[in-house]
Amino acid sequence: MQGNTASAEGAIAAGCRFFGGYPITPSTEVAEAMARRMPKIGGVFVQMEDEIASIAAVIGASWTGKKAMTSTSGPGFSLMLENIGFALMTETPLVIVNVQRGGPSTGQPTMSAQGDMLQCRFGSHGDMAVIALAPDSVQEMYDLTVKAFNLAERFRCPAFLMADEIIGHMRERIELPDHVDVVDRRPLESGHLPYEAGEDGVPGFPVFGTGHRVHVTGLTHDERGYPVTTDPVLHEALVRRLVGKVENARREIADYRVTNPDAEVVFVCYGSPARAVQQVVADHPDLGLGILRLRLVWPFPEHALAEFPNARVFLVPEQNLGQVAREVERHVLVPVVSVPKLGGELHTPAELLRAIEEARSR
Amino acid sequence: MSFADWLRADRLPHIWCSGCSNGTILNCTLAAVEAEGWDPDRTVFVSGIGCSSRAPGYISTDSLHTTHGRALAFATGVKLADPSLNVVVFTGDGDLAAIGGNHFIHACRRNIDLTVVCMNNLIYGMTGGQGSPTTPIGALSTTTPYGASEPAFDLVALAVAAGANHVARWTAYHVRELERAVQTGLETPGLSFIEVRAGCPTNYGRKNRLREVTDLAEYFRTKSMLKAKFDRLVAEGRPVPSDAIVVGEFVRRSNPAMGVVP
Repeated sequence: MQGNTASAEGAIAAGCRFFGGYPITPSTEVAEAMARRMPKIGGVFVQMEDEIASIAAVIGASWTGKKAMTSTSGPGFSLMLENIGFALMTETPLVIVNVQRGGPSTGQPTMSAQGDMLQCRFGSHGDMAVIALAPDSVQEMYDLTVKAFNLAERFRCPAFLMADEIIGHMRERIELPDHVDVVDRRPLESGHLPYEAGEDGVPGFPVFGTGHRVHVTGLTHDERGYPVTTDPVLHEALVRRLVGKVENARREIADYRVTNPDAEVVFVCYGSPARAVQQVVADHPDLGLGILRLRLVWPFPEHALAEFPNARVFLVPEQNLGQVAREVERHVLVPVVSVPKLGGELHTPAELLRAIEEARSR
Repeated sequence: MSFADWLRADRLPHIWCSGCSNGTILNCTLAAVEAEGWDPDRTVFVSGIGCSSRAPGYISTDSLHTTHGRALAFATGVKLADPSLNVVVFTGDGDLAAIGGNHFIHACRRNIDLTVVCMNNLIYGMTGGQGSPTTPIGALSTTTPYGASEPAFDLVALAVAAGANHVARWTAYHVRELERAVQTGLETPGLSFIEVRAGCPTNYGRKNRLREVTDLAEYFRTKSMLKAKFDRLVAEGRPVPSDAIVVGEFVRRSNPAMGVVP
């Protein structure tokens, strides 16, 4: 199965019944798969007039209680940013699959990149915290799409599947499980205000049409959902809650894989570069290399770096100029070496070996 | 139940300026919804950004106050995901015709089962009176200090050409006709577009000799021309005043619509 198709199948398994999208390379196959599948399972597929409309429709659909998704790539993702902020502010669960390609601008439509990792983290205006996953195989396109839905529904926020062109277009054998664990949105209980959050910072969800008569606005709002735009205390409390509900769950939702925790030279990787790293580590057991592979990049699992107490250097190969490397740097005292690769191809084993060599001689 | 029961009393007074037409248009829309016997628990009002778009916040139903220009795209998602909900969109000339122009023509093309009420006051009111795509040539605004020089959009013609099933234009002076037009819109499967020429004494009127509400009402009364009369004049080759506001129903048809309960 192809990665993009696997993502669509994962979404359906997670309960997605609304897809709004717009064609864009290299993510289009997700939409095509949804166009084929949705009508057959009682879901809705709609091709919107652009990516702004796509995410808008997805947000609207989510308020009717449907699990909803869109897929896109860099230029479309840029267009979605304002409404991503709206989804964050209004606490609307949804999933955005971004099959990353080379940027800036139209860049390299058919080539792989990871250049949107900071855009998804910080791209919409204002302070925010987001949940972003990064698959390194076709199997994970499926598994992590399911997980993205579960996290979006649980925390009432957008969740990003930050794939890349290589994983999206790769074909691999995958296992479709008979059963997947699915998290459903917690409905708003009567007697509670629409934006009255529990201890975890997440309010129950008042589905449209169920009598809650909720007002949903991107303006700063009180617990009733009513706009209150000039109260500094209320605004700060709201933004801190929105950020906190995700940041405070950092350890709980962290998802990473550790290889050789005793290693002195440790790769931190995610997405398709992890495949090259795994090959190099398997081919050179004598080099004592370790791997921290992130399946969930945001919120960044900084505690995971402590799984490597002997680490003398962290190498971070990415298909960008060091977006997550900078994040790693914030959390460790030893050197962090960015190993960037632009142009759309995987790091070669030789390039990674050279990076190891250079790091060792530092 | 009366239309007043549709209001969120705890959100009043509203933010609109004295003399603004938006309250009248909200009033007419709610009267129409009430006359249709719609269930407030199964009705959703959607809007974008601007003065018009504050309307849903005053209505005691589910309401979605979205981003600038995107109300129709959000409403499309709501309606397609749950066609059993009644969905009405409030928008304005800046929201609909400028930043939201693409969504406007595509919502009409899809002929999705929404009723769209556009409060067209010819100006960006919320931001203090800038020219919009419907500001008439020569009109003054803060961004057209020497008079607007761009041609204005004819929103009705746009909606008809793009495929909406029901299209009408009235002014805030024509409250009964407006209420009936909205009611027709609510009853018509497919997209219903009702342009309402609205007065903005604060930001449009002040600069364009329509400062007094009574002047505005008189303006709408005297400048409006029924579509039947307009058609007759055109057919007879007689002149039509360039500042005539042609009002009435422009199309009512039953083309296939999206978002209708099967």
